[in-house]
This record gives sequence, structure tokens and C-alpha cells, in this order.
Amino acid sequence: MAAHSTPQRKTMLAGYRPADPGTQPDYLYPPYSSTVKRSPSQPLVRLPWSLSEVTGPLFGVDRIMANDFDLTKQHAGDPIGERIVVSGRVLDANARPVANTLVEIWQANAAGRYPHPRDNHNAPADPNFTGCGRTLTDTDGRYRFVTIRPGEYPWRNHYNAWRPAHIHFSLFGPALATRLVTQMYFPGDPLLEYDPMYTSIPDERARGRLVSAFDWETTIPEQALGYRFDIVLRGRDGTPMENDVAKART
Amino acid sequence: MSAAGTRQRERPMNAAGSEGAGDRMQLATTSSQTVGPYLHIGLTWLVTDDLVGPGTSGEPVIIEGRITDADGKPVDDALIEIWQANAHGRYDHPDDTRDLPVEPGFKGFGRVPTDADGAFRLRTIKPGAVPAADASMQAPHINVTIFMRGMLKQLATRIYFPDETANATDPVLCSVRAERRDTLIAKPIGNRALQWNVVLQGAGETVFFEY
Repeated sequence: MAAHSTPQRKTMLAGYRPADPGTQPDYLYPPYSSTVKRSPSQPLVRLPWSLSEVTGPLFGVDRIMANDFDLTKQHAGDPIGERIVVSGRVLDANARPVANTLVEIWQANAAGRYPHPRDNHNAPADPNFTGCGRTLTDTDGRYRFVTIRPGEYPWRNHYNAWRPAHIHFSLFGPALATRLVTQMYFPGDPLLEYDPMYTSIPDERARGRLVSAFDWETTIPEQALGYRFDIVLRGRDGTPMENDVAKART
Repeated sequence: MSAAGTRQRERPMNAAGSEGAGDRMQLATTSSQTVGPYLHIGLTWLVTDDLVGPGTSGEPVIIEGRITDADGKPVDDALIEIWQANAHGRYDHPDDTRDLPVEPGFKGFGRVPTDADGAFRLRTIKPGAVPAADASMQAPHINVTIFMRGMLKQLATRIYFPDETANATDPVLCSVRAERRDTLIAKPIGNRALQWNVVLQGAGETVFFEY
């Protein structure tokens, strides 16, 4: 082999397609007043794909306890409120299931109160409800939580501001590029159109996809209403390919 | 329910599908929303402020810093996550197929909330170099993701190490304007500790990435 033709292996990593236009809020959205002082003013610098972005933390079942998916069974007594089942699938943008990925949720109690030192809302705390859950998706990307329907609550963003009922979701997916934190809303909530977090999403159809759907099939007779919330993480762009930068193989 | 009804459910109820190139269905990505002020309820169970488990190669290093807003006020309700390779430059992930050792005591993931002063502190090791998009190597770095109230989608940035000759040729550092590059490089403060602050907006604003 000639010295000048030493094959230099060059791996072209498949990256992740960007989120569809209009689906993601900007950092600065003045109607949500806290964004004004916390949003970067300089444009983001585009990174070329490397292993740093297409890898990411993976978590196993060893991190999950038996009652972590059932927020109504984490204390001695039953929490106050309407029991609900929240379930769905985690897919990527190529419509493939995202299996064995960590899903973390947190939410207010039925009265709209969080057990948190910064929540001063004058609504009752519930000693039987922490409002924190987690699970791993199965091989089909399915997840399921049992919880109670969270209450709406006031906040100080603007005069008479109220958050619509919501559940916070945090997902990892297979890579840093698929990390997602979002919120799930409930169908028919009249507060949605007044909520600057919801309206920060430019595309109205994208907003609507954060609203769960009543789901008769997962509703448990005599026990709990079902709501379905499917989540789509970024999808991989094409397939990885390797090529030899120096083609000469003599 | 009928079998047909079940099959229909394979298409997400609240996810818009559109037919993409070829026969593969493509779905619109779910929108990001803020973690809000009560992130601790859902996310602090997984706090990992010391990444260095038994048998980890490399010198432990403390990385500490503060997050401040446009007025220089501390951000006391943020969450920092880090992701990094081990001392051999290997990510603990199946897509890193290079023949380098994985260490069971070092997963490479850290998560820590900021305190009342906007401060955070992590104990980890300096990672080895990892490949860049081309055949060259990147300087050792830690990938950082930041969440907070008032931030509708996460921020991405990196921590680089001081006194690292590879910084001069790192393709990411080199793609950043010289006068802003220092925001990505931690500063030694003695006792194997490094300081790396995050300025969200204004003078000395940290460089943030998209990918």
C-alpha cells in the first residue's frame, strides 16, 4: 500500500432531522414574561453532528420502583381527586417506537397545589399525593401512568393568569438530540387560549397535539377515565454510512 | 373494539402524520414546553452530582458555577444536565462502537438543580477526546443541557477544559467567534476545581448551540 493512500476512515454520522417549522417555541416570547430576561440574545451556533450529540444517557429498569407509575399509590391513603389513566406511545418522527426510554412526569394535586416551598397558592395540600411519577416505555414505545386529574392554578405572569390543567413530561430518547420536556393538557380546557406557554407554540396544530384525547379503551370501568397522549421525538436522518476518504486501496 | 379500530390506533391520536419521502410515514415532532418552577418535584429523584463511581479512570475534577440572567440575577430554579465520554473518550452508548473501554462505574450522566444563589456543583472526570464530524478529534468537552422556568425549550452548550492544547484546533470552538470562545472554557480555581458560569443574556453571554 502506498504511503500516501493510507485509508483514513471517515464516519459520516446520521444526525437527527430538525423539528418541523412552527412546532417549537422561541426562547423569547414576551407574553410569558420570564422569557424576557432569560432568553439568549445571540443566535445559536450550529453544531455539526458528532458522537457527542447522537449519543445520550440511557436508563434501565433498575432505576424504577414498582409504584412509580401509579401516583395514587405512593402514600398510606388515597389522594383526593378524580383518578385518571394517562397512557400513550413514544414514537420518533419516522413513526418508529422509542423503546425502553425514561418518561418522568410531575403535576399539581386536584386542587392545583404543588408540594413545593415556592407554591404559595391558597389551596389545600394533599398528604397522599406527591405528584411525581416515572416509567420506562415498553418495546412498542408504550407508557402508562395512573394519577389524579390536576387542578388549574393561578400564577403571576399577568393579571388574573391561570395555568390550564397540565402534566409535565420529561423524555430522553436515544440521544442528546432527542431530549424533550413538554406539558400535556386536557381536552376542552377553556384556559388554553389564555395561556402564554401554550400559545408560545407558533403552529396551532402543534399546540393541539399537546392536548390529550379522552380514550374509552384505556378507561377502567368504575375506576378511572383514560386520556391518551402520544409523544413524537426527533427522528434520525437517513442511515449511517461509512466511506473511505482515501479510496485508493492498492 | 373492532380489530379495525385497534389498527387505526397505531397512528397516534394526537400526532399529525404526513407522508414523507418514499413509503415511510413521518410525524411532526412534539412541541417543547418549560419545566416551570416546580421541576424539582419530578426531576430531583435522579440528581447525580457525583459521576465518579468505583473504578473510574481519570482525575476527579469539581466543576462549579452559577447561572445568571440578563440583570445578573441568579437563576435559582434551573436544572443542569451533563453528558460526557469517560477518560478513554468512550461514550457509554451503543452508537459509540469504537474499541475503547466502557467503565461500569462511570455512566457519563449528571443532573443537578441550581440553589438559591443560582449555583451548581458537579464532580466528574475530564473526558478523553472524541471524534469530530470529520476525521479529526474534538478537544475534551462536556455536553450541557439547561432547563429552567422562563425557558420554553432547553439550552445546549459545552464545557471545555483550560490548558488544553487541543482547544486550539477543536472544530466547535473554532466555529465560535474568538471573543465569545472563553464562555465555553472553564477556569481553574485551585484544588482541582474549575469554575464555569452561564450568562443567559447580555454582556459575556454564554455561547449556546443548536443541533
